[in-house]
Amino acid sequence: MSETYAGDASGRRETGDRFAHLRGTAGEEQIELDREERGFIRRRSWRLLVQLSVGVRRKLLLTAIFVVIAQAAQASIPLIVAWAIDWGLPRMTEGRSSGMWLPGSAYIACAVTAGILIFHYTRMTAEASQEMLFTLRGEVFRKTQALSLDFHEDYTSGKVISRQTSDLESLRELLDGGVNSLVQGVMFMFFTGVTIWIMDWHSGLVLFAALIPIAVMARWYQQNSEVAYRRTRVSSAKMIVHFVESMTGIRAVQAFRREDSRSRQYRRLAAIYRDDMIRSISLFGVLQPSLMLIGNLTVTAVLLWGGYRVLEGDLSIGVLVALVLATKRVFQPLDMIAMFYNSLQSATAALEKVSGLLEESPSVTEASSPVHLKDAAGDLVFDRASFRYSDAGPVVLHELDLHIPAGQTVAVVGRTGAGKSTLAKLLARFYDVSTGAVRLDGVDLRELAVADHHRHVAMVTQEAFLFSGTIRSNIALGRPDAAETEIIAAAKAVGCHELIMELPEGYATDVAKRGGRLSAGQRQLISFARAFLADPAVLILDEATSSLDLPSEALVQQGLERLLGNRTALIIAHRLSTVAIADRVLVIDDGRVVEDGAPAELAEAGGYYAKLHAAWQTSMGA
Amino acid sequence: MQRESGAQGTEASGRRRTLWQALARLGPYLGGLKLRWTLGLLAAIAAGVVALSIPQVLQTLVNSLLDDGAQVSAVWSASGVILALGVLEAVLVYLRRFFVIPPASDAETSMRTRLFDKLQDLSASFHSAWGAGQLQSRAIADLNLLRRWFAFGSLMLITSVVSLIVGFTLMATLSPLLAVVFLGAALPIMVIGPKFRQKFVHFSRASQDQAGDVATKVEESVHGIRVLKAFGRGDYALEGFTQEADELRDLEVSKARTLAKFLMAMVILPEGILGLCLLIGLWQVANEESTGVSVGALAAFFATAAVLKGPIEGVGMMLGMTFTAKTAIDRHADVMDTDTEITSPATAKTAEEHGVLELADVHFRYSDAKDGERDLIDGVSLRVEPGETMALVSATGGGTSTLLNLIPRLYEVTGGAILIDGVDVRDFALADLRSRIGIAFEDPILFSTSVKSNVLLGTSHLRDADDPQNPSRAAAPAEEDLEQAMYGALRIADAEFVEGLPQGVDTPVGEEGLSLSGGQRQRLALARAIAASPSVLLLDDPLSALDVRTEEAVTLRLREALQGTTTLIVAHRPSTVALADRVALLEHGRVTEVGTHSELLERSPEYREVMSASVRPVSAEEVLSYE
Repeated sequence: MSETYAGDASGRRETGDRFAHLRGTAGEEQIELDREERGFIRRRSWRLLVQLSVGVRRKLLLTAIFVVIAQAAQASIPLIVAWAIDWGLPRMTEGRSSGMWLPGSAYIACAVTAGILIFHYTRMTAEASQEMLFTLRGEVFRKTQALSLDFHEDYTSGKVISRQTSDLESLRELLDGGVNSLVQGVMFMFFTGVTIWIMDWHSGLVLFAALIPIAVMARWYQQNSEVAYRRTRVSSAKMIVHFVESMTGIRAVQAFRREDSRSRQYRRLAAIYRDDMIRSISLFGVLQPSLMLIGNLTVTAVLLWGGYRVLEGDLSIGVLVALVLATKRVFQPLDMIAMFYNSLQSATAALEKVSGLLEESPSVTEASSPVHLKDAAGDLVFDRASFRYSDAGPVVLHELDLHIPAGQTVAVVGRTGAGKSTLAKLLARFYDVSTGAVRLDGVDLRELAVADHHRHVAMVTQEAFLFSGTIRSNIALGRPDAAETEIIAAAKAVGCHELIMELPEGYATDVAKRGGRLSAGQRQLISFARAFLADPAVLILDEATSSLDLPSEALVQQGLERLLGNRTALIIAHRLSTVAIADRVLVIDDGRVVEDGAPAELAEAGGYYAKLHAAWQTSMGA
Repeated sequence: MQRESGAQGTEASGRRRTLWQALARLGPYLGGLKLRWTLGLLAAIAAGVVALSIPQVLQTLVNSLLDDGAQVSAVWSASGVILALGVLEAVLVYLRRFFVIPPASDAETSMRTRLFDKLQDLSASFHSAWGAGQLQSRAIADLNLLRRWFAFGSLMLITSVVSLIVGFTLMATLSPLLAVVFLGAALPIMVIGPKFRQKFVHFSRASQDQAGDVATKVEESVHGIRVLKAFGRGDYALEGFTQEADELRDLEVSKARTLAKFLMAMVILPEGILGLCLLIGLWQVANEESTGVSVGALAAFFATAAVLKGPIEGVGMMLGMTFTAKTAIDRHADVMDTDTEITSPATAKTAEEHGVLELADVHFRYSDAKDGERDLIDGVSLRVEPGETMALVSATGGGTSTLLNLIPRLYEVTGGAILIDGVDVRDFALADLRSRIGIAFEDPILFSTSVKSNVLLGTSHLRDADDPQNPSRAAAPAEEDLEQAMYGALRIADAEFVEGLPQGVDTPVGEEGLSLSGGQRQRLALARAIAASPSVLLLDDPLSALDVRTEEAVTLRLREALQGTTTLIVAHRPSTVALADRVALLEHGRVTEVGTHSELLERSPEYREVMSASVRPVSAEEVLSYE
């Protein structure tokens, strides 16, 4: 059904869902959100992040532990030096060499431990982050494949690519650098902070007070950067969409001399992206020095207060030195944590979009307990089936009762826009009926297992899209486990074997490199071979013969009968020559079947088809 | 330029290119960057020095000023100094970003737009060899990475190296012997460094290329979604995608593992050597009389070594980033170094517009054709007179679409010449040549914009006044006549259905016009070819998705409306052929017969065979629409 989100959203609105406009990809370009809207979108992003961590949580935990131990090992090194001087040296002067060996080897042991752990946590971080990205890539891919055609008609391929590349890239930055710097930073700050409290709680208070401006800054940054990063996601997607479209349509761009105007447009989009990017980076450029300033002010405050107390004799100089140094140190990791926070903001903005895409639900789905149909005879029934693209839209197909017995070849004819293709799309389940049902061998298509449906029903469309790869792999798309001989047999059956053998590398010819060399007709023949190989019980040809050139069409006419064989076939016919091989003809007009019968019968009946037939006779004679 | 040879060839050249050479390549983009980058570097170094000095200053201040009997003023002055240093540090950090980020973003943007311009100038054969995904990953991810390297990585690398040198010098003054031992740690790093570099660069190149392949898979799976759905092969596509994504993951993990090993070495080697230094140092101090090394010197040595720890780790990380950045530069250079084969000549000729189209012994072969193979277009000679409609019928071997693409120089002839109004197409300025020609491809390529903008693509609609690609032509519709030209073209192409679209001619059509039916898209593409009233019209079976009635009507309207337009039309149907003035029969890449339909029927057995191969395919729609 076409109303994926338009319809669902309106349905939700009735039930009072105030986030309906943000569900799925609907609110993708909305940049300013109110409090609750923010919360809704953030929750969705976070849920996704948490879900992704399933399976790598142990690894992440282990990574964190390794980080802590490696940090501890490195932090203990100055202690070992101190120990060497305080304890080792006196022992050595006593003539005992252990005073030298023990600290020395402890030092080396710490270094080696730290090194090995650094190796492992760097490796494990990458493994965990790549695992999560891999899962997410797969999820997004699966989702985009599952979504119905009406979704893709609105959402451009450029946007899907942008979700899959630049959005995931931001997430990757977070995952790669994030865990380490966060754990390291927090650990370090915590321990140093505790040390300060223990040494002198007055200074601890100062430190505590510093948290207030830090929190204010963090809040300021969060609010602003969230909007700023969301903006960059939108502008980067726009830039990518323009890029992808210009490159895939390069022939039209060049032939119609639009390089210059498209380049200007791209420059504008790139400049917007640049500005948005600089704005978000500048926010961090304010945050980072501000935090540093707060840190340094705190050091000054500790020094000042401590200095007074030294003068009053409440504090020893040694402790004050240690305190100010520790206060200076405690803020060092703040930089790293801020950077983590920065990539977190950037990644969440990206996750907002990705999670929205994942939230989209296909309008055509598999039933929860699908019916399996191992073999299909190909008996088709349209039972009071009607169809409209949306609840409010016009009826494209009026209530239709139709039975196509197994093995029958049915030609569907009618004017452009009469609703012929709708029959095909309903059978192929590009859409589901609005009312009534379509049944294959008595099973409602909506109940039928998707895999079985695909095995039994195949469709050849007007566009013969070839995927990068060899001719062989393109035919094998019909049935990936087919043997070479079967592929060749399929090509021979539809009459494209010779044409393939004329190509430089035969079946191994790469279509991406030489795709320009295959004409639309040749590509269509290859898609026929694909259908032949799939060997479905029901075959749908949707105006599939229109772009064949003359020699190809002649070949296909021969091959078509072999392709049809004993299958049930629904041919959206374009040319009368195709109608000629049909057992039965349906004439569709304005979403209704107006004539239905064997060609010979209809020719006698004096309706549309009779006229059709007469015209054909005339042209044969001509 | 094929990707295989291209990518491999350039990877090799990328390997030969050193980092400095790679950076030199970027010279043109860095115009505004150099000064500000240097200032940024100074700010970064200064910030580093301040950061290093604050603890030292603190220590001395506290120790010296707050000695017994110090005054309140001493507390204030010490705090004042620290406050000043603290503010200075924050300001310097701010300045570093302030100086570097805008020019680095400018460099990124200008690289991006130049790449885009370059790609638009490259020929269609280049684009059919490189997926849009591959190109996109170069335009976005690579350049983002470069910006970060310029704004952050490069500065931090240098700052770390400077801190290393300063720290090491300090260390050397404290204990020359220990410094020499410590320097020993640098030797193994010098040995493993280049190995690491080689391996890391390899993985980083491979993974960046792989990321492009993943993007290409995504792009294909969306463009081919109808086929995948029709055959229910979503799982199969997923499998292909998963393989690519899996490979990307493996490469990324291998890259990280290489980096992890290097980082490990960067910790174990210096720290291990320091452990050795501790042993030696302890021995030296124990024998202070002969060695002269005091406890204080040893402690100071290790204090300095601790300061070096940060920069050493930083150098390791930043080297990784630097090599990745170099790979990005190499990948950028790969595209920028590709020759633009099809360009305007240095001194362009032009001719008065009549529309004489002449093909003189035209040859064409794809660059990857095998040696023994005959040319795809193997010596086509043909002359189409002004205003004439010539049908191009292919008997066997095809090549008709390719032939059409040669005329506006989307592909370049490999032999012979194509002349329009007596001038070789290669002697025209490209904009001049292409503005004379209207073309409808066999697959209608529409853009995601309004119907109007799509139809008026070849006109001055939505062009800037100084658009160099919009040469003035007498026949071209004037700005104020564009609307009329559009409606005229829509009428001729029988595309009046656009009136019924929700927003009429302003309705946005989806990407590649996906939301329109095949026939509707085709008619828009036809209207687009006509709208600019070209003097040469090239139609590649433009009505295949239409019924014959529409085709006839369109062709009749075409002939009527475009008197004086030379038309070359690839015909796959006798109905089209019958409407052409003359027909040229293409066999094995050559024109073997030219004449009227009936002449050819009479004298050419091949032509008869082609024509009889199909009865006149009257379409159902034709008959049904007659009422």
